[in-house]
Amino acid sequence: MIRLLAVWMAALLCAGSAAASLTIEIVGAGANQVPVAIVPFRAEEGLSQRITPVVAADLARSGLFRTIDPGGINPVPHEPEQLNFAQWRARGAEAVVIGSVSKAPDGRYDIRFRVMDAVTQKQVAGFVYFATENQLRLTAHKIADVIYEKLTGDTGVFATRIAYVVKRGPRYELHVADADGYGAQSVLSSNEPIISPAWSPDGTRLAYVSFEQKKPIVYVQSLTTGGRQAVAAFRGSNSAPAWSRDGRRLAVTLTRDGGSQLFLINADGSGSPVRLTQSSAIDTEANFSPDGESILFTSDRGGGPQIYRIAVSGGPVQRVTFEGDYNVSPRHSPDGKSFTFIQRNRGRFNVAVQDFATRQVQVLSDGGIDESPSFAPNSKLILYATVVGGRGILAAVSSDGRIRQRFTADIGDAREPAWSPVVNK
Amino acid sequence: MKRLLLALVATAVLAACSSTPTKEQDGAAVEDRNAAAAKQQKPPAEASGPTTAPLEPKTVSGNPLKDPSNILSKRSVYFELDSNVVKDEFKPLVSAHARYLQQNRSQKVTIQGNADERGSREYNLALGQRRADAVKQAMQLLGAQSEQIETVSFGEEKPRATGHDEKSWAENRRADIVYPND
Repeated sequence: MIRLLAVWMAALLCAGSAAASLTIEIVGAGANQVPVAIVPFRAEEGLSQRITPVVAADLARSGLFRTIDPGGINPVPHEPEQLNFAQWRARGAEAVVIGSVSKAPDGRYDIRFRVMDAVTQKQVAGFVYFATENQLRLTAHKIADVIYEKLTGDTGVFATRIAYVVKRGPRYELHVADADGYGAQSVLSSNEPIISPAWSPDGTRLAYVSFEQKKPIVYVQSLTTGGRQAVAAFRGSNSAPAWSRDGRRLAVTLTRDGGSQLFLINADGSGSPVRLTQSSAIDTEANFSPDGESILFTSDRGGGPQIYRIAVSGGPVQRVTFEGDYNVSPRHSPDGKSFTFIQRNRGRFNVAVQDFATRQVQVLSDGGIDESPSFAPNSKLILYATVVGGRGILAAVSSDGRIRQRFTADIGDAREPAWSPVVNK
Repeated sequence: MKRLLLALVATAVLAACSSTPTKEQDGAAVEDRNAAAAKQQKPPAEASGPTTAPLEPKTVSGNPLKDPSNILSKRSVYFELDSNVVKDEFKPLVSAHARYLQQNRSQKVTIQGNADERGSREYNLALGQRRADAVKQAMQLLGAQSEQIETVSFGEEKPRATGHDEKSWAENRRADIVYPND
């Protein structure tokens, strides 16, 4: 009982800024898992944040790697010439990562590492990072990204962030956390609902819908300053913000002309909205294509909700989904090859992906109450919201359906996730 | 003559009392008639005694919007699944509010639409909006003006019933007519 009380009180203390964390579990594995050994870096034990445990956890969580135990080898190798490759191959490793930490002249940490191929015995990659104390974790994520890229051929997303909404009783908070769930911060706290967070392409701003004025209004908030602006507060409802590629405009759903229609507005709230769709139906949930030229959106102009495409300059609308009677929430994959969406089938709502070229649809989740899918910037993972045991949680599934992850907020219901873009800092 | 007058007045009072007031004007009218009747009943000889004055309708009838026996105190219109059709059973309610707005041109209201929790939040926001708009349109046809009514939606975000069953969902497929001082 006292323990529960302590946890609850700790949660209250956390409620302000550094809100908490998400725990991530993984189920399933990739078709091929690369066995890699991550050897503790020289002098990392003295750091406030050790590097290699974060790297190993990132790679393991991706489902594409099998981490080989680096322990029991003496002396611990930190330089290529210290590596006995036969030993590592005997353990099953195909790659070995070694590194070291030292102090740079300017006071920052010098963190250098190499990825070594255990078979060819050649270096595959090597980098140096200079990091301050509070950049240690980010540096570890960047190292994991390099390893991931070199060994799978795909871009890593370990150094990215996610935004999501947490509901705790009557309270709603908009959180931003690292992609591994660590270090969640609350950027907005409210007694009224928050939905539809959307990252600006440069990763510095979030657009979202807040009901704090007793009706839905779109805000744009800076993550660097915390300052924000209501950019769509017209008569009626304002919602579903989507950023243009250059970050200067938003597509939004406004009901100011009667009925939910798509409009384009300036992201700084200046000027007047330009109407994009012209129907007497519901047109909503706009999402810009990676090349910025077209928008996918949900419309029920054909009877039930389906996904359509329109050029940003306006004009004819093409229907894009043809399976079933309820397809909503489209989000382009960053590589432009497909889009994810929610499909209702016999009353169950699941995450699906449709390939643009082949029009083939693959259903990726089976929660039955899944919603709000969001692609990772490398197009390999889809983050979404679901409910398990009566509790709202976030989940992720790989675009081939093989790997699943669950993100649980330590307190409250999590929903409305949005994956940040990759930003080079 | 006085007896005939009394009989006429008594009949008028009885007639007035037997109808259920459905709008403020009717209520006010009833009060006016009573006050007028009371005035007429007073014999001229008592003019130098206590004086009476007609009652201000508002202070006696109260706020019909809050009067539980007045249909205006009812604010919710419920909808079938996937529908924004205002069912016949809600037409008296909608029509009462429309007439109230027609007779109080400076009165503004907000109609808040809601949807049940199943499916996309943004699509549900739009469905709730459509329900609010359907009620607004019905009220406009009955005399309310567009400028008096703002329609907004809460989608599935502010459910009145928090269960995950048909009964809760039905409760949440709803549009509420909301006055500023509610």
